[in-house]
Amino acid sequence: MSRPYLRHDVRITDTTLRDGSHAMAHQFTEAQVRDTVRALDAAGVEVIEVTHGDGLGGSSFNYGFSHTDEMTLIAAAREEVVNAKIAVLLVPGIGTADDLRRARDAGADMVRVATHCTEADVSPQHFGVARELGMETVGFLMMAHRVGPEELARQARIMVDAGCQAPYVTDSAGALLMHEAKARFEALVAEVGDEAWVGYHGHQNLSLGVANSVLAYEAGVRYIDGSLCALGAGAGNSPTEVLAAVFGRLGVTTGLDILGLLAAADEVVHPYLTRWPKMDRNAIVQGWAGVYSSFLLHAERAAERYKVPAHEILARCGELGLVGGQEDMIIDVAIQLAGSGR
Amino acid sequence: MTPITAAIVGPGNIGTDLLAKLRRSDVIDVRYMVGVVESDGLARARNQGIAASAEGVDWLLRQDPLPEIVFEATSAKAHITNAPRYAEAGIQAVDLTPAHLGPMVCPPVNLHDHIGAPNVSMITCGGQATIPMVHAVSRVTAVPYAEIVASVASRGAGPGTRANIDEFTQTTGAAVASVGGADRGKAIIILNPVEPPMIMRDTVFCMISPDADRDAITKSVHELVAEVQKYVPGYTLRADPQYDDPVASWNGFARVAIFLEVRGNGDYLPPYAGNLDIMTAAAARVGELMAIQKAGAHA
Repeated sequence: MSRPYLRHDVRITDTTLRDGSHAMAHQFTEAQVRDTVRALDAAGVEVIEVTHGDGLGGSSFNYGFSHTDEMTLIAAAREEVVNAKIAVLLVPGIGTADDLRRARDAGADMVRVATHCTEADVSPQHFGVARELGMETVGFLMMAHRVGPEELARQARIMVDAGCQAPYVTDSAGALLMHEAKARFEALVAEVGDEAWVGYHGHQNLSLGVANSVLAYEAGVRYIDGSLCALGAGAGNSPTEVLAAVFGRLGVTTGLDILGLLAAADEVVHPYLTRWPKMDRNAIVQGWAGVYSSFLLHAERAAERYKVPAHEILARCGELGLVGGQEDMIIDVAIQLAGSGR
Repeated sequence: MTPITAAIVGPGNIGTDLLAKLRRSDVIDVRYMVGVVESDGLARARNQGIAASAEGVDWLLRQDPLPEIVFEATSAKAHITNAPRYAEAGIQAVDLTPAHLGPMVCPPVNLHDHIGAPNVSMITCGGQATIPMVHAVSRVTAVPYAEIVASVASRGAGPGTRANIDEFTQTTGAAVASVGGADRGKAIIILNPVEPPMIMRDTVFCMISPDADRDAITKSVHELVAEVQKYVPGYTLRADPQYDDPVASWNGFARVAIFLEVRGNGDYLPPYAGNLDIMTAAAARVGELMAIQKAGAHA
């Protein structure tokens, strides 16, 4: 399996309709998805991710039930695009190969298989199926702040050997400082050589998503993620419209129409936002304490239910070393804090 | 009663931990440990005075007396090959692999229905940990949907689980419904590498009617926890069951959430690996209850 031909200096994937699903509490409607996909495609975005925030099969008590079945949303996205590819997220342990087959039937072109940064060896099963289905492949090494560059590169190697065309430094907690991000980019680029591209997925919890994206490009990273209006978990993702403007100013080609993206953010996405992700106390604590960004709304709900501050719940989640997917533990932490006589 | 003769096939970590548990049993006498290559596990068994061989099931079936119960802790592939031979020899099989040839059993839930089955499947670790709780709720009130989340220490998830993690989610999800008594089931597994390793945690969410008898559910949950504690002493609730009234996306249903910790007994496997311990402990429990049944039949 070889890495795809790049049409521009950087290949931008927009994840408004996947990571943004967290900020929308998984309540995207088909009309919102169609309007957003049309605008992104027209503005030159090459890859558009559409899935429940926690990936295929994420609709659940633990993560929140989807308003509209993700297969319906994927099929709707497929109908709207002219040029862009449709990607889906798959977290092994949550979604399955059967979910991936259904997503392929619904029109997905690419799968992004996501594991915790030390657990890449649960992904080969799903990369294998993706290859059988003829899909493009990306690998997410989530919570990339939790291991050093060398170990992260070793995990990327496991994914690439399993058929992954682009392992990602996935900063799920928005916790990577610039030198930490750079060291990981360099380690992965060195490890995969010309066998694969390296990607970066950033969150704005410490406001570094765009800055780290620039460092990423300089280090040889060629796949970069963003979301319109930063719509994503925690303080949101690197805003796609800002990435377009910054790379434009740098003379790095992306194929993106900056004005088109600004219009998409302002006129399509902004009107349906139920919350505009921002760097408030809870989100900053996530970046600072290294907490999976998707925990934010769940912690706010548990805070209300058990009368303990959300930022304390989140800080405790960081101390416990919880990883992506352990949303159930947020309730447990809230119960324990509420009962601790604090 | 005279202890029933048994064998363990598969002398790895699981087989060794199972042996430690069965050595304490008054009703089971493990006489044989079987592998296909010489290994530390076989050596450990020999050191305990157990006849151990690397010549596989061929060797086992030449022994006199033959075991009446065999515990299989190899692989699905090996068990599929071995199972017909056990059946032919009239040996009852307790299957800890993912082969799932026989009915799926969870000791306090449905073992009485399958106590005489020639082959029973131990489902999955997450299934053994959570199905008793789904059953505790579903015997009180209708459960249209049950969902379980198993959090396991990375070090407690072996290469077999990792190579086919879908097998866990699909088998457990199906068994949460078929054995636990929910109309639909879903299972999620998370591997966490934190150091020191986290003790296995399981969360069980059941959809229930908003007017279900919550006190009766809570009482039922405590009763089933006590049942499981008979063979897994470290099986505990982190808090009383938590009830949430309906929210918009729950289709008018309420929810009960049950938070469990499964601390292993530390026989051979470390205590954090409650996921592995509950498999071996449940298999030992199944074997003991089968042995008591056999002793009754012999008498």
